[in-house]
Order: sequence, then structure tokens, then C-alpha cells
Amino acid sequence: MKLRMALAQINTRLGVVEANLEKHLSLAQQAHAAGADLLVFPELSLTGYVLQDLASTVAHRPEESDPVFRRLLQASRELDLVVGFVDEDCRHRFYIASAYLSKERVVHVHHKVYLPTYGLFDEGRFFAWGDSIRAFDTRFGRLGILICEDFWHASPPYLLWLDGADIFIFTSASPGRGLIEKPQLESAHWVEQINQAYANLFTAFVAHSNRVGFEDGLNFWGASTVFDPNGELLAKGPDFEEALTIAELDLDQLHRTRARLPLLRDERTALVLREMKRIVGE
Amino acid sequence: MIDLSINTDLACTILTGFIRTEITRAGFSHAVIGLSGGVDSALSCCLAAEAIGPQNVLAVRMPYKASAQDSLDHAQLVIDALGVQSLTLPITEMVDPLFARFPEMSQVRRGNVMARARMIVLFDQSESFQGLVVGTGNKTEILLGYTTLYGDSACALNPIGDLYKTQVRQLARSIGVPAQIIEKQPSADLWAGQTDEGELGFTYAEVDQLLYLLVDQRYSPEECVSAGFAQDFVKAVDNRLRRNHFKRILPPIAKLSNRTVGYDFLYLRDWGT
Repeated sequence: MKLRMALAQINTRLGVVEANLEKHLSLAQQAHAAGADLLVFPELSLTGYVLQDLASTVAHRPEESDPVFRRLLQASRELDLVVGFVDEDCRHRFYIASAYLSKERVVHVHHKVYLPTYGLFDEGRFFAWGDSIRAFDTRFGRLGILICEDFWHASPPYLLWLDGADIFIFTSASPGRGLIEKPQLESAHWVEQINQAYANLFTAFVAHSNRVGFEDGLNFWGASTVFDPNGELLAKGPDFEEALTIAELDLDQLHRTRARLPLLRDERTALVLREMKRIVGE
Repeated sequence: MIDLSINTDLACTILTGFIRTEITRAGFSHAVIGLSGGVDSALSCCLAAEAIGPQNVLAVRMPYKASAQDSLDHAQLVIDALGVQSLTLPITEMVDPLFARFPEMSQVRRGNVMARARMIVLFDQSESFQGLVVGTGNKTEILLGYTTLYGDSACALNPIGDLYKTQVRQLARSIGVPAQIIEKQPSADLWAGQTDEGELGFTYAEVDQLLYLLVDQRYSPEECVSAGFAQDFVKAVDNRLRRNHFKRILPPIAKLSNRTVGYDFLYLRDWGT
């Protein structure tokens, strides 16, 4: 079975959801015309990243009654979509979120569980912390979604793996930094490395959709990637430029890689759980 | 040896993208730059010309009667090489009446007045040319506070403020800034014979390495001494860093209400664009 996955590494207008929505819909059409089955947008793709006090004013609910999601759900008749947004729950907590939409249904919503609040980041000041990490079923198999800092911690990808995810969707709005003599920013190098490492360690597909553009002095570097279960690079978007990058995932590669390298079969979850309980003192 | 080398192609891509984006999203298409004849403003001007096209850049030369002829000539080299628009507006007649009123005025005061007179000219051209003022302050001078508040530090956006002087020179070399501009002694040219390094008491090559450890690598002053820097030098630079922080932030507003600009009214400048 094949999955044609498209990564939309877009620039966004800060706090202007309507304009960003139009870009989403236009790219959904383009991706559909290019034969894509699934289109993945970056973190906070409907709002922009450094929202600060805008966070509460750009929030939407991922449901049919929401005017923004109504149009995205309509677009999901043609191809599945992963979109980044601010989710306001019924108790009016604001989350950095990604929703998986398919055939006019909201299949899954992930709330970012790790909010970086150090250095140039200030997410914990403005957003609520997500509290669950779940894989979910799609027409292409079982997937998991994580947002940026989530996959800088080893446990969320690990939990998704144990929960059955064979395709990892990572989304980011990663500020570029670390200009040295090499032709790649340090931040871009670090992220690409860990994406490849997860593909290797979990013998799974790992796709990363990262935005481009600037917000004040921050640059976002793009270079979205898809790695296969052998850790091989299937596709990579350009640096710094908007692009629709399409990768063809041969899902039968999971069978071949895991026949060679049965890391999942041999994973000792009971041992992990026992040791975790000991470590946290239960 | 601390290596401050950067990838100049990557720097150019990011900085031209920054200039283009931040000017156009603010609703402008032009840039205004004060061209002193030094390497910092030459580099900013090259980047702006590359980013938005030389015809959209206005380079302004603003000599005082005591300014070195070299400064004017070097600025002209950049204008001619890039094909940017240009204007020469001497500030002598703006500042001399104030100098005459205070004959005892120190060189520092006179230097500050000149820097602020140039700021007035640039921001007036900003309105007249409908362009944003592109800054020319590098990371070394911003960290050391070697700049006039509301003078040469005033700008609408600064492409080179995260590059140490050493890195400015490297990028300038690669982007084609004329060699005589890169190689001459850096000077604010506020009075005859003034040089940055003479006034600061150390060289950029030395202080850039120290600042890299103190700021980028978060070394303590003691760790910098252990790394081989002279104690007095470390102390002097560390003091300058702290003492001049006021030049790097907006003036504090006394908080009274529940929502106050700067504390809990937080938006990027790019808000809504």
C-alpha cells in the first residue's frame, strides 16, 4: 500500500486566521491535484507562532459548527489534512493543537504536551499543557501526531510507538538559530538528526512539517523531511522557502524493515513499566 | 581558539529574507540607510540592495565639517558599486548652533548630538522616501553599549545586530564590500583621529571572543579568566555589558493599571501582518 503524503511548509500571517485559512484551502487543492492522500501543515499553521496575547483571540474549536473548521472539514473530503491551530476547550483553556481531519470528520486532536518556556520560548506563559499522547487509526494505518518540543522528549514518540503508531507526524514552527560555518543552521541540524533517529529507532515513517518565513527577527527554516523505516530520507523541502513537498510512502516497507530488524517485537514494555514504577517510587 | 566564522551564504539568505519580509509586511517597499563609509553601514546597505533592489534603497551621507574625506569617499564607493539612490545632507548647519551655545561641550556630548542629528535626517527621509530606516549596529557595539541612544542605534529594523564585528567583516568580504572599507580602522569619525579600538581600549578581535564566551556560551567572568582572558579586561567588559543594558531596552513604564505596555500587553511588531 502506498501513501502519497504532502508537507505544506508555509509562511503565515500573525494572528490573521482567515488569510491563513485561504492558504490552507488553496494548498489542499494543489496537493489533491498532485495526487496527495494526506497534507500536513506545520505547528500553528492557522495562526502564526509567536502569538503572545493573541492566543485567546485566534482560538477555534475543531468541530463542524466552527466556521474555520467547517471549511477545512469540507476540504477533507478530497484528502486527509493535519492542521495546526489554537484549541480553546469548553473550560476556556487554550492549547497549541494539531487536528487530523478525514472525510469531513475530526479523527484526532493532539494538544502539545511540552511547552518550551526558556530561552527565546515563552509558550507556557500563554498556553495550557496538553495531557495525553494517543495514536489513532486512519485509512493508512495507525498514526501519531506530536508538536515540536513534544518530540524533543523521548517519551512521547516512544508512547506513540507502543500505542501502535507506524507513521509519526511531527509539526514545528522552529526558529532558526546557531549560525556557524556549516551550510545548515544548528537548530535545523539538530531537528533533522532526531527525526532520522526516531525513524531508525522505531523502524517507522517519520514526517516533519516545518514552517518558513519571519516573525519580527525570528526566521523559520522549513526543510521539512520524510524518513522511512530504515532511516532513509524520502523527501526534503527547500530551506526557508514555501513549498509543497510530496513523498510517496511505501507502507510495505514496514514489513520488510521489521522482518530484518524486530526492535518493536523485542521491546520489553513490562520491564519498562516495572522500572518506571520503581524510579518514580510507586 | 574560538572560531566565530559563519556561513556567509546562509547569513545572506536569512538577512536578505528578513529585510524583505519586515519592510514589505509593514506596508513599505523602500529602505533608508545612513552610510558612514564604514563597514557596518556598507554591509547593511549591500544586504538591503540585495533584498529589495538597489533602486528602492536610499543611502544618505551626512558629513559634519570635521568628518574625514575618506568617510565620504568610501560611502560613495558603496553607492556607486550598488547603484542605490543617494543623498548627501551635511549636518554642520544643524548642529553648529547648539555647539556655539555651549562652547565647553565635551567631545562625547558633541558626538551624541551629531549622532542624533543624523537620526533626525534619516527618519525625515524615511517619511519623505516612504522607506524604513535599516539599522547598522553590530552585536559587539550593542553589547558594549558603544552607541548613542536615539542616535546611531535608532532604526526600524536591524539586519546585522546579531553579528559580531569580526563576523561583519567576514560577511562584508564575501558580499563584495570594497576592501579598503573592511580593512581600515573602525571609527565613529566624530572627531579627528578617533578610532573605536583606541576609545574602547581593546581590539574587536579580542572583545568579540570574550563576548562570545560571556554571552553566547554563558561563561561566568571567572570562567573567562580561566579560559585565558586577562582579569581586568574581563571585568571591564562585564561592567560595560551591565551598565549599558538601558540602551538595549525600552524605557520602563511605571505600572499602575491591570494591563500595561511592556509587561502584560504583549504582541510582536508583526501583529496582524
